[in-house]
Amino acid sequence: MVKNFVHSYIPHTDSERREMLDVVGVNQIEDLFLEIPEKYRDPNITLPSPLTEMELLQELESLSAKNVQVGKMPSFLGGGAYSHFIPSVVASLTSRGEFLTSYTPYQPEVSQGTLQATYEFQSMMCELTGMDVANAGMYDGATAFAEAALMACRLTKRYRVYVMDSISSHYLAVLRTYLLPQSVEIVIVSDYINEIDGDAACLLVQYPNALGVIPDLASLGKLIHSVDGLFVVNVYPVALGMLKPPSEYEADIVTGECQSLGIPLSFGGPYVGMFACRNEHIRQLPGRIVGKTNESHGDRDGFVLTLQTREQHIRRENATSNICTSEALIATAVAIHLALLGPRGLRQVAQLCYNKAHYAARCISELPGYYINPHAPDKYWFNEFVVTGPKSVDVLQKNLFDQGIIGGINVTDRVKGGLLFCVTEINSKQEIDNLVIALNNMKES
Amino acid sequence: MIPTDCYYTKEHEWVRVEDATLVVIGITDFAQDQLGDVIYVNLPENGSEINQSAQMGEAESVKAVSDLFSPVTGTVVEVNGNLQDAPELVNRDPYGDGWMLKVELSSVEQLANLLSADQYGKYLDSGEH
Repeated sequence: MVKNFVHSYIPHTDSERREMLDVVGVNQIEDLFLEIPEKYRDPNITLPSPLTEMELLQELESLSAKNVQVGKMPSFLGGGAYSHFIPSVVASLTSRGEFLTSYTPYQPEVSQGTLQATYEFQSMMCELTGMDVANAGMYDGATAFAEAALMACRLTKRYRVYVMDSISSHYLAVLRTYLLPQSVEIVIVSDYINEIDGDAACLLVQYPNALGVIPDLASLGKLIHSVDGLFVVNVYPVALGMLKPPSEYEADIVTGECQSLGIPLSFGGPYVGMFACRNEHIRQLPGRIVGKTNESHGDRDGFVLTLQTREQHIRRENATSNICTSEALIATAVAIHLALLGPRGLRQVAQLCYNKAHYAARCISELPGYYINPHAPDKYWFNEFVVTGPKSVDVLQKNLFDQGIIGGINVTDRVKGGLLFCVTEINSKQEIDNLVIALNNMKES
Repeated sequence: MIPTDCYYTKEHEWVRVEDATLVVIGITDFAQDQLGDVIYVNLPENGSEINQSAQMGEAESVKAVSDLFSPVTGTVVEVNGNLQDAPELVNRDPYGDGWMLKVELSSVEQLANLLSADQYGKYLDSGEH
């Protein structure tokens, strides 16, 4: 270690360091790293010699070219992040400086344009879900889902959350991260649940679920309401282009991942979560809400951040939630995308996804040795379905890849030998037919 | 200024005995003045048990949300429903139409824990609040 090295950004003095070490009970900073085996503690890193900018760019591009990208190769991956067509207008408008460079507004009323964009986003989320009120957006679908569970606990003063076992394992992991440290218990229940304990704060359902199947929201909603718990439904927003909105099944809180509405796939983010609820619960709604009002002198509309008194920067540890920001730019992109599609356009996209996926499933089911949704043969589904084939999933995946197709997520933990396929409007008939041919090439030999 | 027919707490709630063990509770004029325009009051439901000094609800104004602490222990027998639509009653008439709950006390002895109007007035004057 370099002694007496003064770093511009680290203000600690030697005596402060000494004090901290004494509190922790170690002699020197190095002692904090004793857990790490010695041979790894101070590795000798041999880096290649420095490159010029031109050489570096070439180097990075050649590394990047090792990746296979969705769009360069037909992909049938879904599982929570979906490849949909995004009109160029979305990027062109969102990259305007007024949107791109403005952070979530803390002195909000000076940014009327940003607030209006968020207000439009909220209004669209309400239209899409059928709910009364939506907030400015959460970090992503999974955190929105977890915040909904916490909100249900606050509203019911119950601390046990019932979760369908058909939800995505990523979402379950985020639920655990959010809920367990707050002493909220998670109870996993099966799709066939027909009784629920009286201490349930809420029932959490995905619509469609992690394997693409559309759950019976009507009976699940009745079930949780029979014990005065809340019904929380997480949606794939594109599916709402043709499925009934959760509000028609008496959902109390609706969340969802909005990536499918104008946001490209990019290593899981930045995405934006939707969060909508009933009016009567608005004071427990986490996050920010933009409201529309009018001038006190004059008759122009204006936009304001409303119910801010419940947010963290004012209410500190008593805040409704510890989210005090939003994914404003991503939400703006979603609003632009939805405005371009319009209700009819969204319905068309949903219809295309449904039709193409069902065409693919029918063709695959006709191949010898292949089965569609063996775990739920009689259930309705949207655009994702499970395929089991004559070979192991690893062999199927590798063979498809060798034939130029990115295909199927391994879901063997849920369905023996299962691969989850997703088809969207972006997959052409040719691509689907090629997928079928590729699978047929691997039939039982 | 400070009604003499009530008991008070240092959290600025008042308690008025209506009939033996039946009391009415609300927040004081000082409290409403500190909060500013009240826009929402969240109170426990009819029939629920509340405990002296424990949080029983929230009062929200345009600038803050404040916890309400119960001045007594007992069972809520009536909630002022008018506050749902007209929370401003808390500002306009804190000791009258702006009342919050009627409570059946678990015991009358607990009233001894509360401040008299005189004590509450001195507490406000002391500036310790």
